[in-house]
Amino acid sequence: MAYSDKLIDHYDNPRNVGSMDPGESGVGTGMVGAPACGDVMKLQIRVNEQGVIEDARFKTYGCGSAIASSSLVTEWVKGKTLDQALKIRNTQIAEELALPPVKIHCSILAEDAIKAAVADYRAKTRPAAHAADLEEIST
Amino acid sequence: MADGPIYLDFAATTPVDPRVAARMIPFLAETYGNPASRSHSFGWAAEQAVEAARGQVAELVGADAREIVWTSGATESNNLAIKGAAQFHRGRAKHLVTVRTEHKSVLDTMRELERAGFEITVLDVGSDGLLDAGAFEAALRPSTVLASVMLVNNEIGVIQDVERLGALCRERGVLFHVDAAQATGKIQIDLQAWPVDLMSLSAHKTYGPKGIGALYVRRKPRVRIEAQIHGGGHERAMRSGTLPVHQIVGMGEAYRIAGLEMKSDNERIRALSERLWAGLSRIDEVYLNGDATRRVPHNLNVSFNFVEGESLMMGLDGIAVSSGSACTSSSLEPSYVLRALGRSDELAHSSIRFSVGRFTTREQIDRATAHVTRAVGKLRALSPLWDMHRDGVDLSTVQWSAH
Repeated sequence: MAYSDKLIDHYDNPRNVGSMDPGESGVGTGMVGAPACGDVMKLQIRVNEQGVIEDARFKTYGCGSAIASSSLVTEWVKGKTLDQALKIRNTQIAEELALPPVKIHCSILAEDAIKAAVADYRAKTRPAAHAADLEEIST
Repeated sequence: MADGPIYLDFAATTPVDPRVAARMIPFLAETYGNPASRSHSFGWAAEQAVEAARGQVAELVGADAREIVWTSGATESNNLAIKGAAQFHRGRAKHLVTVRTEHKSVLDTMRELERAGFEITVLDVGSDGLLDAGAFEAALRPSTVLASVMLVNNEIGVIQDVERLGALCRERGVLFHVDAAQATGKIQIDLQAWPVDLMSLSAHKTYGPKGIGALYVRRKPRVRIEAQIHGGGHERAMRSGTLPVHQIVGMGEAYRIAGLEMKSDNERIRALSERLWAGLSRIDEVYLNGDATRRVPHNLNVSFNFVEGESLMMGLDGIAVSSGSACTSSSLEPSYVLRALGRSDELAHSSIRFSVGRFTTREQIDRATAHVTRAVGKLRALSPLWDMHRDGVDLSTVQWSAH
Protein backbone atom coordinates (compact mmCIF):
# COMPACT_ATOMS: atom_id res chain seq x y z
CA MET A 1 0.00 0.00 0.00
CA ALA A 2 1.48 3.39 -0.94
CA TYR A 3 1.00 5.49 2.17
CA SER A 4 1.66 9.21 2.64
CA ASP A 5 4.76 10.37 4.48
CA LYS A 6 2.61 11.70 7.35
CA LEU A 7 0.93 8.33 7.76
CA ILE A 8 4.25 6.50 7.72
CA ASP A 9 5.61 8.97 10.27
CA HIS A 10 2.72 8.19 12.63
CA TYR A 11 3.37 4.49 12.15
CA ASP A 12 7.14 4.77 12.75
CA ASN A 13 6.81 7.30 15.57
CA PRO A 14 3.35 6.89 17.07
CA ARG A 15 2.39 9.72 19.43
CA ASN A 16 1.04 9.23 22.96
CA VAL A 17 1.13 5.46 23.09
CA GLY A 18 0.09 4.11 26.44
CA SER A 19 -2.61 3.68 29.01
CA MET A 20 -4.21 5.72 31.76
CA ASP A 21 -5.90 4.30 34.80
CA PRO A 22 -9.53 3.99 33.68
CA GLY A 23 -10.62 4.25 37.28
CA GLU A 24 -9.11 7.73 37.70
CA SER A 25 -11.80 10.35 37.93
CA GLY A 26 -10.64 12.62 35.10
CA VAL A 27 -10.12 9.80 32.62
CA GLY A 28 -12.51 8.80 29.82
CA THR A 29 -11.91 5.52 28.00
CA GLY A 30 -13.29 4.63 24.57
CA MET A 31 -12.75 1.15 23.08
CA VAL A 32 -14.12 0.65 19.57
CA GLY A 33 -13.87 -1.95 16.86
CA ALA A 34 -13.50 -5.72 17.11
CA PRO A 35 -10.69 -8.24 16.56
CA ALA A 36 -12.87 -10.03 14.02
CA CYS A 37 -12.77 -6.89 11.86
CA GLY A 38 -9.04 -6.50 12.27
CA ASP A 39 -9.35 -3.12 14.01
CA VAL A 40 -9.53 -2.30 17.72
CA MET A 41 -8.79 1.19 19.05
CA LYS A 42 -8.55 2.24 22.68
CA LEU A 43 -8.49 5.98 23.23
CA GLN A 44 -8.16 7.53 26.67
CA ILE A 45 -8.45 11.20 27.58
CA ARG A 46 -7.66 13.06 30.79
CA VAL A 47 -9.96 16.01 31.27
CA ASN A 48 -9.26 18.85 33.72
CA GLU A 49 -11.77 20.77 35.80
CA GLN A 50 -12.22 23.34 33.08
CA GLY A 51 -13.47 20.58 30.78
CA VAL A 52 -10.35 20.71 28.63
CA ILE A 53 -8.60 17.54 27.47
CA GLU A 54 -5.10 17.93 28.84
CA ASP A 55 -3.71 14.54 27.88
CA ALA A 56 -4.54 11.57 25.67
CA ARG A 57 -3.23 8.06 25.14
CA PHE A 58 -3.99 5.35 22.59
CA LYS A 59 -3.48 1.69 21.87
CA THR A 60 -4.48 0.18 18.55
CA TYR A 61 -4.61 -3.27 16.99
CA GLY A 62 -4.96 -2.68 13.26
CA CYS A 63 -3.31 -1.79 10.00
CA GLY A 64 -0.99 1.15 9.39
CA SER A 65 -3.95 3.43 8.62
CA ALA A 66 -5.68 2.52 11.85
CA ILE A 67 -2.55 3.12 13.93
CA ALA A 68 -1.88 6.45 12.22
CA SER A 69 -5.50 7.61 12.57
CA SER A 70 -5.59 6.93 16.29
CA SER A 71 -2.12 8.43 16.85
CA LEU A 72 -3.19 11.59 15.04
CA VAL A 73 -6.37 11.82 17.07
CA THR A 74 -4.43 11.86 20.36
CA GLU A 75 -2.54 14.90 19.07
CA TRP A 76 -5.67 16.68 17.91
CA VAL A 77 -7.77 16.25 21.06
CA LYS A 78 -5.16 17.69 23.39
CA GLY A 79 -6.04 21.24 24.42
CA LYS A 80 -9.60 20.94 23.14
CA THR A 81 -12.77 21.03 25.14
CA LEU A 82 -14.97 17.97 25.01
CA ASP A 83 -17.41 19.64 22.63
CA GLN A 84 -14.55 20.75 20.37
CA ALA A 85 -13.17 17.21 20.35
CA LEU A 86 -16.58 15.86 19.36
CA LYS A 87 -16.46 18.11 16.29
CA ILE A 88 -13.46 16.25 14.85
CA ARG A 89 -14.68 14.53 11.68
CA ASN A 90 -13.26 11.42 10.06
CA THR A 91 -12.94 13.31 6.78
CA GLN A 92 -10.42 15.65 8.39
CA ILE A 93 -8.39 12.67 9.63
CA ALA A 94 -8.54 11.01 6.20
CA GLU A 95 -7.44 14.22 4.50
CA GLU A 96 -4.57 14.89 6.87
CA LEU A 97 -3.19 11.40 6.38
CA ALA A 98 -4.20 11.14 2.71
CA LEU A 99 -5.89 7.81 3.43
CA PRO A 100 -6.55 5.63 0.38
CA PRO A 101 -10.31 5.12 -0.25
CA VAL A 102 -10.21 1.53 0.96
CA LYS A 103 -8.89 2.77 4.34
CA ILE A 104 -11.43 5.51 5.06
CA HIS A 105 -13.16 3.24 7.57
CA CYS A 106 -10.08 3.51 9.82
CA SER A 107 -10.69 7.25 10.16
CA ILE A 108 -14.35 6.59 10.96
CA LEU A 109 -13.28 4.25 13.73
CA ALA A 110 -10.95 6.93 15.11
CA GLU A 111 -13.83 9.44 15.16
CA ASP A 112 -15.95 6.82 16.97
CA ALA A 113 -13.13 6.36 19.49
CA ILE A 114 -13.24 10.06 20.40
CA LYS A 115 -17.02 9.91 20.87
CA ALA A 116 -16.71 6.79 22.98
CA ALA A 117 -14.02 8.32 25.22
CA VAL A 118 -15.99 11.53 25.72
CA ALA A 119 -19.21 9.61 26.42
CA ASP A 120 -17.41 7.46 28.98
CA TYR A 121 -15.95 10.52 30.74
CA ARG A 122 -19.32 12.26 30.81
CA ALA A 123 -21.13 9.20 32.10
CA LYS A 124 -18.58 8.88 34.89
CA THR A 125 -18.39 12.49 36.04
CA ARG A 126 -21.92 13.76 35.70
CA PRO A 127 -24.15 10.78 35.33
CA ALA A 128 -27.33 12.75 36.02
CA ALA A 129 -26.34 15.62 33.75
CA HIS A 130 -25.21 13.16 31.08
CA ALA A 131 -28.54 11.39 31.21
CA ALA A 132 -30.27 14.77 30.89
CA ASP A 133 -28.12 15.60 27.87
CA LEU A 134 -29.11 12.34 26.26
CA GLU A 135 -32.75 13.00 26.96
CA GLU A 136 -32.47 16.46 25.50
CA ILE A 137 -30.90 15.04 22.33
CA SER A 138 -33.59 12.45 21.93
CA THR A 139 -36.61 14.75 22.38
CA MET B 1 23.50 -7.37 -1.18
CA ALA B 2 23.99 -7.25 2.58
CA ASP B 3 21.55 -4.43 3.17
CA GLY B 4 19.23 -4.91 0.23
CA PRO B 5 15.60 -6.04 0.38
CA ILE B 6 15.01 -9.67 1.36
CA TYR B 7 12.64 -11.74 -0.76
CA LEU B 8 10.71 -14.32 1.24
CA ASP B 9 7.68 -14.53 -1.04
CA PHE B 10 8.72 -17.38 -3.33
CA ALA B 11 5.19 -18.78 -3.15
CA ALA B 12 3.95 -15.64 -4.91
CA THR B 13 6.50 -15.96 -7.68
CA THR B 14 10.12 -16.90 -8.24
CA PRO B 15 12.88 -15.10 -10.10
CA VAL B 16 13.75 -16.71 -13.41
CA ASP B 17 16.87 -18.78 -12.82
CA PRO B 18 19.77 -17.15 -14.72
CA ARG B 19 20.36 -20.44 -16.53
CA VAL B 20 16.76 -20.43 -17.69
CA ALA B 21 16.97 -16.82 -18.89
CA ALA B 22 20.12 -17.58 -20.84
CA ARG B 23 18.44 -20.53 -22.52
CA MET B 24 15.44 -18.42 -23.54
CA ILE B 25 17.17 -15.45 -25.13
CA PRO B 26 18.28 -17.00 -28.46
CA PHE B 27 14.61 -17.75 -29.16
CA LEU B 28 13.70 -14.08 -29.23
CA ALA B 29 15.62 -12.87 -32.26
CA GLU B 30 17.68 -15.80 -33.53
CA THR B 31 15.46 -18.89 -33.54
CA TYR B 32 12.27 -16.85 -33.91
CA GLY B 33 10.24 -19.00 -36.26
CA ASN B 34 6.64 -20.01 -35.66
CA PRO B 35 6.67 -23.71 -34.74
CA ALA B 36 3.51 -24.14 -36.86
CA SER B 37 5.41 -23.09 -39.99
CA ARG B 38 5.96 -26.55 -41.36
CA SER B 39 7.51 -25.53 -44.64
CA HIS B 40 10.81 -23.91 -43.68
CA SER B 41 13.78 -24.30 -41.39
CA PHE B 42 12.83 -21.35 -39.18
CA GLY B 43 9.65 -23.20 -38.22
CA TRP B 44 11.36 -26.58 -37.90
CA ALA B 45 13.99 -25.22 -35.53
CA ALA B 46 11.31 -23.63 -33.37
CA GLU B 47 9.23 -26.78 -33.38
CA GLN B 48 12.22 -28.86 -32.37
CA ALA B 49 12.83 -26.60 -29.37
CA VAL B 50 9.17 -26.78 -28.35
CA GLU B 51 9.13 -30.57 -28.51
CA ALA B 52 12.35 -30.86 -26.53
CA ALA B 53 10.85 -28.64 -23.83
CA ARG B 54 7.66 -30.66 -23.85
CA GLY B 55 9.73 -33.71 -23.05
CA GLN B 56 11.48 -31.90 -20.21
CA VAL B 57 8.19 -30.90 -18.61
CA ALA B 58 6.81 -34.41 -19.03
CA GLU B 59 9.87 -35.92 -17.42
CA LEU B 60 9.59 -33.92 -14.20
CA VAL B 61 6.05 -35.17 -13.63
CA GLY B 62 6.40 -38.73 -14.95
CA ALA B 63 4.24 -38.17 -18.00
CA ASP B 64 4.48 -38.83 -21.71
CA ALA B 65 5.34 -35.77 -23.80
CA ARG B 66 2.14 -36.20 -25.80
CA GLU B 67 0.20 -35.61 -22.61
CA ILE B 68 1.48 -32.06 -22.17
CA VAL B 69 -0.60 -29.14 -23.53
CA TRP B 70 0.92 -25.65 -23.39
CA THR B 71 -1.14 -22.89 -21.79
CA SER B 72 -0.52 -19.36 -20.52
CA GLY B 73 -0.19 -20.59 -16.95
CA ALA B 74 -1.84 -22.64 -14.23
CA THR B 75 -4.88 -20.35 -14.12
CA GLU B 76 -5.63 -21.10 -17.74
CA SER B 77 -4.85 -24.79 -17.19
CA ASN B 78 -7.34 -24.88 -14.31
CA ASN B 79 -9.98 -23.23 -16.48
CA LEU B 80 -9.28 -25.57 -19.39
CA ALA B 81 -9.33 -28.72 -17.28
CA ILE B 82 -12.47 -27.97 -15.31
CA LYS B 83 -14.56 -26.25 -17.96
CA GLY B 84 -13.21 -28.51 -20.67
CA ALA B 85 -14.17 -31.70 -18.84
CA ALA B 86 -17.52 -30.37 -17.60
CA GLN B 87 -18.53 -29.27 -21.09
CA PHE B 88 -17.40 -32.48 -22.75
CA HIS B 89 -19.49 -34.57 -20.36
CA ARG B 90 -22.34 -32.10 -20.25
CA GLY B 91 -24.91 -34.62 -21.39
CA ARG B 92 -24.44 -37.32 -18.81
CA ALA B 93 -23.18 -35.65 -15.69
CA LYS B 94 -23.78 -32.41 -13.88
CA HIS B 95 -21.90 -32.46 -10.58
CA LEU B 96 -18.43 -31.21 -9.63
CA VAL B 97 -16.48 -31.52 -6.39
CA THR B 98 -13.75 -29.32 -5.01
CA VAL B 99 -12.24 -28.06 -1.75
CA ARG B 100 -12.68 -24.81 0.17
CA THR B 101 -8.95 -24.09 0.18
CA GLU B 102 -8.40 -24.27 -3.59
CA HIS B 103 -6.89 -21.38 -5.54
CA LYS B 104 -9.34 -18.78 -6.81
CA SER B 105 -8.77 -19.94 -10.38
CA VAL B 106 -10.42 -23.23 -9.41
CA LEU B 107 -13.10 -21.82 -7.11
CA ASP B 108 -14.13 -19.02 -9.46
CA THR B 109 -14.22 -21.44 -12.39
CA MET B 110 -16.47 -23.72 -10.37
CA ARG B 111 -18.73 -20.75 -9.51
CA GLU B 112 -18.96 -19.91 -13.18
CA LEU B 113 -20.05 -23.47 -14.02
CA GLU B 114 -22.59 -23.28 -11.23
CA ARG B 115 -24.09 -20.26 -12.97
CA ALA B 116 -24.21 -22.37 -16.12
CA GLY B 117 -26.29 -25.01 -14.37
CA PHE B 118 -23.79 -27.40 -12.80
CA GLU B 119 -24.03 -28.44 -9.16
CA ILE B 120 -20.91 -27.84 -7.09
CA THR B 121 -19.87 -29.39 -3.79
CA VAL B 122 -17.15 -27.52 -1.89
CA LEU B 123 -15.63 -29.72 0.81
CA ASP B 124 -14.29 -28.42 4.10
CA VAL B 125 -10.85 -29.30 5.44
CA GLY B 126 -9.70 -30.04 8.96
CA SER B 127 -7.92 -27.57 11.18
CA ASP B 128 -4.67 -28.93 9.77
CA GLY B 129 -5.76 -27.97 6.25
CA LEU B 130 -6.00 -31.58 5.09
CA LEU B 131 -8.98 -33.15 3.32
CA ASP B 132 -10.57 -36.20 4.88
CA ALA B 133 -10.66 -39.07 2.36
CA GLY B 134 -13.94 -40.36 3.83
CA ALA B 135 -15.64 -37.01 3.34
CA PHE B 136 -14.28 -36.83 -0.20
CA GLU B 137 -15.56 -40.31 -1.04
CA ALA B 138 -18.99 -39.48 0.36
CA ALA B 139 -19.23 -36.44 -1.89
CA LEU B 140 -18.75 -38.40 -5.13
CA ARG B 141 -22.00 -39.24 -6.93
CA PRO B 142 -22.92 -41.13 -10.09
CA SER B 143 -23.52 -37.70 -11.63
CA THR B 144 -20.08 -36.36 -10.72
CA VAL B 145 -17.95 -35.42 -13.72
CA LEU B 146 -14.79 -34.25 -12.06
CA ALA B 147 -13.19 -33.56 -8.70
CA SER B 148 -10.43 -30.98 -8.28
CA VAL B 149 -7.94 -31.01 -5.39
CA MET B 150 -4.67 -29.08 -5.28
CA LEU B 151 -1.49 -30.95 -4.48
CA VAL B 152 0.28 -28.22 -2.48
CA ASN B 153 -1.65 -25.29 -1.05
CA ASN B 154 -0.34 -21.87 -1.99
CA GLU B 155 -1.12 -20.20 1.35
CA ILE B 156 -0.23 -22.83 3.93
CA GLY B 157 1.88 -25.30 1.97
CA VAL B 158 0.03 -28.45 3.04
CA ILE B 159 0.19 -31.53 0.80
CA GLN B 160 -3.03 -33.39 -0.03
CA ASP B 161 -2.96 -37.16 -0.52
CA VAL B 162 -3.86 -37.03 -4.22
CA GLU B 163 -2.84 -40.61 -4.82
CA ARG B 164 -5.52 -41.85 -2.45
CA LEU B 165 -8.13 -39.35 -3.57
CA GLY B 166 -7.42 -40.18 -7.20
CA ALA B 167 -7.95 -43.87 -6.55
CA LEU B 168 -11.38 -43.11 -5.07
CA CYS B 169 -12.25 -41.17 -8.21
CA ARG B 170 -10.98 -43.91 -10.51
CA GLU B 171 -13.21 -46.48 -8.79
CA ARG B 172 -16.24 -44.33 -9.52
CA GLY B 173 -15.44 -43.14 -13.01
CA VAL B 174 -14.91 -39.56 -11.86
CA LEU B 175 -12.23 -37.48 -13.52
CA PHE B 176 -9.56 -36.26 -11.13
CA HIS B 177 -7.90 -32.88 -11.63
CA VAL B 178 -4.94 -31.71 -9.55
CA ASP B 179 -3.60 -28.15 -9.46
CA ALA B 180 0.13 -28.70 -8.99
CA ALA B 181 1.28 -25.11 -9.51
CA GLN B 182 2.96 -24.94 -6.10
CA ALA B 183 4.28 -28.50 -6.18
CA THR B 184 6.69 -28.81 -9.10
CA GLY B 185 10.30 -28.84 -7.99
CA LYS B 186 9.22 -29.24 -4.37
CA ILE B 187 7.87 -32.78 -4.19
CA GLN B 188 8.13 -35.83 -6.41
CA ILE B 189 5.23 -36.12 -8.87
CA ASP B 190 4.65 -39.43 -10.63
CA LEU B 191 1.77 -39.34 -13.08
CA GLN B 192 2.58 -42.80 -14.30
CA ALA B 193 1.78 -44.20 -10.85
CA TRP B 194 -0.79 -41.66 -9.64
CA PRO B 195 -4.41 -42.03 -10.77
CA VAL B 196 -4.67 -38.42 -11.90
CA ASP B 197 -6.40 -37.45 -15.14
CA LEU B 198 -5.59 -33.76 -15.43
CA MET B 199 -2.83 -31.75 -13.80
CA SER B 200 -2.15 -28.00 -13.97
CA LEU B 201 1.45 -26.89 -14.13
CA SER B 202 3.03 -23.46 -13.77
CA ALA B 203 6.46 -22.16 -14.74
CA HIS B 204 6.83 -19.07 -12.60
CA LYS B 205 6.64 -20.93 -9.28
CA THR B 206 9.58 -23.09 -10.37
CA TYR B 207 12.12 -20.45 -11.48
CA GLY B 208 10.67 -20.17 -14.97
CA PRO B 209 9.06 -17.17 -16.65
CA LYS B 210 5.57 -15.87 -15.94
CA GLY B 211 2.90 -16.34 -18.59
CA ILE B 212 3.52 -19.98 -19.47
CA GLY B 213 2.21 -23.20 -18.03
CA ALA B 214 0.85 -26.54 -19.11
CA LEU B 215 -2.01 -28.93 -18.63
CA TYR B 216 -1.32 -32.64 -18.34
CA VAL B 217 -4.08 -34.59 -20.09
CA ARG B 218 -3.93 -38.35 -19.58
CA ARG B 219 -3.81 -40.57 -22.64
CA LYS B 220 -4.28 -43.94 -20.98
CA PRO B 221 -7.14 -44.08 -20.27
CA ARG B 222 -7.83 -41.21 -22.66
CA VAL B 223 -9.23 -38.04 -21.15
CA ARG B 224 -11.30 -35.80 -23.40
CA ILE B 225 -11.82 -32.09 -22.80
CA GLU B 226 -13.37 -29.31 -24.86
CA ALA B 227 -11.07 -26.51 -25.91
CA GLN B 228 -11.72 -23.10 -24.39
CA ILE B 229 -9.67 -21.21 -26.94
CA HIS B 230 -10.30 -21.86 -30.63
CA GLY B 231 -8.48 -20.90 -33.80
CA GLY B 232 -6.02 -23.12 -35.59
CA GLY B 233 -6.31 -26.34 -33.63
CA HIS B 234 -2.90 -26.21 -31.94
CA GLU B 235 -2.04 -28.66 -29.16
CA ARG B 236 -4.17 -31.46 -30.60
CA ALA B 237 -7.08 -29.01 -30.87
CA MET B 238 -7.13 -28.59 -27.12
CA ARG B 239 -5.62 -25.10 -27.07
CA SER B 240 -5.22 -22.91 -30.11
CA GLY B 241 -2.72 -20.10 -30.43
CA THR B 242 0.81 -19.66 -31.69
CA LEU B 243 3.17 -21.21 -29.22
CA PRO B 244 5.47 -18.78 -27.37
CA VAL B 245 8.67 -20.64 -28.09
CA HIS B 246 10.94 -18.61 -25.79
CA GLN B 247 8.51 -19.09 -22.90
CA ILE B 248 8.20 -22.79 -23.57
CA VAL B 249 11.95 -23.26 -23.75
CA GLY B 250 12.15 -21.41 -20.44
CA MET B 251 9.61 -23.66 -18.78
CA GLY B 252 11.38 -26.74 -20.13
CA GLU B 253 14.74 -25.63 -18.82
CA ALA B 254 13.27 -24.63 -15.45
CA TYR B 255 11.72 -28.06 -15.08
CA ARG B 256 14.91 -29.78 -16.18
CA ILE B 257 16.88 -27.94 -13.50
CA ALA B 258 14.15 -28.63 -10.94
CA GLY B 259 14.48 -32.35 -11.60
CA LEU B 260 18.23 -32.28 -11.12
CA GLU B 261 18.34 -29.99 -8.10
CA MET B 262 15.12 -30.78 -6.22
CA LYS B 263 16.77 -33.00 -3.68
CA SER B 264 19.67 -30.67 -2.84
CA ASP B 265 17.39 -27.59 -2.99
CA ASN B 266 14.96 -29.22 -0.59
CA GLU B 267 17.65 -30.13 1.92
CA ARG B 268 18.96 -26.59 1.97
CA ILE B 269 15.49 -25.10 2.12
CA ARG B 270 14.37 -27.41 4.90
CA ALA B 271 17.35 -26.31 7.00
CA LEU B 272 16.63 -22.63 6.34
CA SER B 273 12.95 -23.06 7.05
CA GLU B 274 13.63 -24.87 10.31
CA ARG B 275 16.01 -22.11 11.29
CA LEU B 276 13.35 -19.49 10.54
CA TRP B 277 10.71 -21.35 12.52
CA ALA B 278 13.12 -21.84 15.43
CA GLY B 279 13.68 -18.09 15.50
CA LEU B 280 10.04 -17.10 15.11
CA SER B 281 8.66 -19.61 17.58
CA ARG B 282 10.78 -18.01 20.28
CA ILE B 283 8.28 -15.15 20.09
CA ASP B 284 5.36 -15.58 22.46
CA GLU B 285 1.86 -16.44 21.11
CA VAL B 286 2.97 -17.52 17.63
CA TYR B 287 1.04 -20.18 15.68
CA LEU B 288 1.89 -22.22 12.61
CA ASN B 289 -1.03 -22.45 10.16
CA GLY B 290 -1.54 -25.81 8.48
CA ASP B 291 -0.29 -29.28 9.31
CA ALA B 292 3.28 -29.26 10.60
CA THR B 293 4.46 -32.41 8.83
CA ARG B 294 2.37 -32.83 5.69
CA ARG B 295 3.63 -29.59 4.24
CA VAL B 296 6.40 -28.42 1.96
CA PRO B 297 9.32 -26.98 3.91
CA HIS B 298 9.35 -23.93 1.66
CA ASN B 299 6.24 -22.50 3.32
CA LEU B 300 5.81 -21.08 6.79
CA ASN B 301 2.44 -19.47 7.36
CA VAL B 302 2.51 -17.98 10.82
CA SER B 303 0.02 -16.04 12.93
CA PHE B 304 1.35 -13.52 15.45
CA ASN B 305 -1.46 -13.14 17.94
CA PHE B 306 -2.60 -9.66 18.95
CA VAL B 307 -0.75 -8.02 16.05
CA GLU B 308 -2.48 -7.23 12.77
CA GLY B 309 -0.86 -8.52 9.57
CA GLU B 310 -0.73 -5.37 7.44
CA SER B 311 0.80 -3.30 10.22
CA LEU B 312 3.35 -6.08 10.70
CA MET B 313 4.19 -6.08 7.01
CA MET B 314 4.70 -2.32 7.19
CA GLY B 315 7.14 -2.92 10.00
CA LEU B 316 8.94 -5.48 7.85
CA ASP B 317 9.94 -2.82 5.40
CA GLY B 318 12.59 -4.38 3.22
CA ILE B 319 11.31 -7.94 3.64
CA ALA B 320 8.90 -9.22 1.01
CA VAL B 321 6.21 -11.52 2.45
CA SER B 322 2.43 -11.97 2.17
CA SER B 323 -0.32 -11.66 4.73
CA GLY B 324 -3.71 -13.31 5.18
CA SER B 325 -5.03 -10.13 6.73
CA ALA B 326 -8.13 -8.49 5.35
CA CYS B 327 -6.35 -5.18 5.23
CA THR B 328 -3.99 -6.45 2.54
CA SER B 329 -6.75 -7.61 0.24
CA SER B 330 -8.89 -5.21 -1.73
CA SER B 331 -12.00 -7.07 -0.61
CA LEU B 332 -11.22 -6.47 3.09
CA GLU B 333 -11.96 -10.16 3.70
CA PRO B 334 -9.39 -12.13 5.66
CA SER B 335 -7.80 -15.15 4.00
CA TYR B 336 -10.47 -17.70 3.13
CA VAL B 337 -7.90 -20.46 3.45
CA LEU B 338 -7.13 -19.59 7.05
CA ARG B 339 -10.83 -19.24 7.82
CA ALA B 340 -11.32 -22.73 6.32
CA LEU B 341 -8.84 -24.07 8.90
CA GLY B 342 -11.19 -22.79 11.55
CA ARG B 343 -8.76 -20.07 12.53
CA SER B 344 -10.45 -17.20 14.34
CA ASP B 345 -10.68 -13.95 12.43
CA GLU B 346 -8.04 -12.45 14.71
CA LEU B 347 -5.51 -15.12 13.87
CA ALA B 348 -6.36 -14.86 10.15
CA HIS B 349 -5.80 -11.09 10.38
CA SER B 350 -2.50 -11.71 12.16
CA SER B 351 -0.93 -14.05 9.66
CA ILE B 352 2.18 -13.71 7.57
CA ARG B 353 3.28 -16.19 4.90
CA PHE B 354 7.04 -16.62 4.65
CA SER B 355 8.17 -18.70 1.68
CA VAL B 356 11.78 -19.69 1.21
CA GLY B 357 13.43 -20.53 -2.11
CA ARG B 358 16.47 -21.51 -4.11
CA PHE B 359 18.23 -18.19 -3.58
CA THR B 360 17.46 -17.64 0.12
CA THR B 361 20.50 -17.41 2.36
CA ARG B 362 21.04 -18.07 6.05
CA GLU B 363 21.95 -14.44 6.56
CA GLN B 364 18.61 -13.37 5.11
CA ILE B 365 16.79 -15.75 7.46
CA ASP B 366 18.62 -14.34 10.46
CA ARG B 367 18.00 -10.73 9.44
CA ALA B 368 14.32 -11.50 8.79
CA THR B 369 13.96 -13.18 12.19
CA ALA B 370 15.48 -10.16 13.92
CA HIS B 371 13.24 -7.75 12.00
CA VAL B 372 10.09 -9.74 12.73
CA THR B 373 10.91 -10.07 16.42
CA ARG B 374 11.50 -6.33 16.68
CA ALA B 375 8.37 -5.41 14.71
CA VAL B 376 6.13 -7.77 16.68
CA GLY B 377 7.49 -6.34 19.93
CA LYS B 378 6.85 -2.79 18.80
CA LEU B 379 3.30 -3.54 17.64
CA ARG B 380 2.42 -5.48 20.78
CA ALA B 381 3.48 -2.42 22.79
CA LEU B 382 0.82 -0.59 20.76
CA SER B 383 -1.82 -3.30 21.00
CA PRO B 384 -4.76 -3.14 23.43
CA LEU B 385 -5.38 -6.85 22.78
CA TRP B 386 -1.88 -7.74 23.93
CA ASP B 387 -2.49 -5.74 27.13
CA MET B 388 -5.75 -7.56 27.74
CA HIS B 389 -4.09 -10.93 27.11
CA ARG B 390 -1.36 -10.09 29.63
CA ASP B 391 -4.00 -9.05 32.13
CA GLY B 392 -5.51 -12.49 31.74
CA VAL B 393 -8.64 -11.35 29.92
CA ASP B 394 -10.28 -13.98 27.71
CA LEU B 395 -10.88 -12.02 24.52
CA SER B 396 -13.62 -14.38 23.37
CA THR B 397 -15.77 -13.19 26.26
CA VAL B 398 -15.45 -9.49 25.53
CA GLN B 399 -18.40 -7.55 24.13
CA TRP B 400 -16.97 -5.60 21.23
CA SER B 401 -18.69 -2.65 19.64
CA ALA B 402 -18.13 -3.85 16.09
CA HIS B 403 -18.80 -1.25 13.39
